[in-house]
Amino acid sequence: MSELSAEGGHGAVPLKDVPTGQGVTPPEPEWPLYEVFVRGKRGLNHVHVGSLHAADDRMALLHARDVYTRRNEGVSIWVVRADAITASSPDEKDPMFAPSGDKVYRHPTFYDISDNVPHM
Amino acid sequence: MTLTETPPDRELEAGFEATIARNDRIEPRDWMPEGYRRTLVRQIAQHAHSEIIGMQPEGSWITRAPSLRRKAILLAKVQDEAGHGLYLYSAAETLGVSRLELTELLIAGKQKYSSIFNYPTLSYADVGTIGWLVDGAAICNQVPLCRTSYGPYGRAMIRVCKEESFHQRQGYELLATMMRGTDEQRAMVQESVDRFWWPALMMFGPPDDASPNTAQSMAWGIKRHTNDELRQKFVDMSVPQAEALGVTLPDPELRWNEERGHHDFGQPDWEEFMEGVKGNGPCNAQRMAHRRRAHEDGAWVREAATAYARKQVSA
Ligand SMILES: [Fe+2]
Ligand SMILES: [Fe+2]
Repeated sequence: MSELSAEGGHGAVPLKDVPTGQGVTPPEPEWPLYEVFVRGKRGLNHVHVGSLHAADDRMALLHARDVYTRRNEGVSIWVVRADAITASSPDEKDPMFAPSGDKVYRHPTFYDISDNVPHM
Repeated sequence: MTLTETPPDRELEAGFEATIARNDRIEPRDWMPEGYRRTLVRQIAQHAHSEIIGMQPEGSWITRAPSLRRKAILLAKVQDEAGHGLYLYSAAETLGVSRLELTELLIAGKQKYSSIFNYPTLSYADVGTIGWLVDGAAICNQVPLCRTSYGPYGRAMIRVCKEESFHQRQGYELLATMMRGTDEQRAMVQESVDRFWWPALMMFGPPDDASPNTAQSMAWGIKRHTNDELRQKFVDMSVPQAEALGVTLPDPELRWNEERGHHDFGQPDWEEFMEGVKGNGPCNAQRMAHRRRAHEDGAWVREAATAYARKQVSA
């Protein structure tokens, strides 16, 4: 019996001997990928919620509304072409974040203030 | 800034394992073992396919819903399943596969979807039973996946789980309404439950002793419980729900085991299950043909939208 895992969500799916499609170029050109950001309510930042494909910006917005805000999850949506995003390397040990790692004096807890000083 | 030397694979692997051991999440651009990546792609892509194919059995009842209220509910439910598929394709894509290619693999029959959707929906009671039992089983599978080790997958699952609760409750409420109706309606509910109970148990996959790779998936934090553990949990949850509804679950071996603190129950027909996986289930061909047709019939829409977008840019 080939192995099937319950974690197919709506039912078990086989996890062996199934092609993954990695490194394969699809037969028709794909619409560009957009990353979607939603502001949950006034006063909050936009937060990344996922991605989708669309032919143009306007379609991306409409699809984002249908896919990510079916239950009042948002009051504002940003869509950004994924290829327009510049990202840092994900590694925490990356030298990128070294400048902030050794500056403990940037945090309020660095300073000893005697307990009898109120409101600080 | 000096560029750090690319560390050897062993160091990368140690970093990956430390992240898993800390119960931290792996994120898309992190290094990960090829086996982990492949397992995730298969699992997430086929989970997505299941959501998409899963629209069909219930979708066929939308135009024949018994009331406007039921029609609006069913429409919203089926639309949610489309959304689930899209959240999951979005997560799969972060692993370096093209969404369009995944669709190609589905309609070529090379990647699979859950066999539960190869059973026909013969009456409107099936809409209720699917919500109660099929979405109920999906909840058992998906809640632990909210803590799965791959970040985008876990986040997609959190969104999905919030919506599944509506799916299960609307189904149960539909059945409860029918159970308060005529004898004929009660018989329809029982008949529907009789047909879906065993396929629902099959949703958790073959027994653990037939799943040698479960340990690897669990070590990677992709899988949180074994197939049998999830199935047991589902049975224990469903028994009191069936009682409250007033239906009988069609398993003569089903009984409470005081010692174990769980219900004992019979095994589904695994041969029938494997036939479904191989593509020989009652509705496999129909589901695949419908999906293929939808993709092919939509080609001109995709082309037109592409042409329009190009025109906007050059204008
Ligand atoms: Fe779903
Ligand atoms: Fe659902």
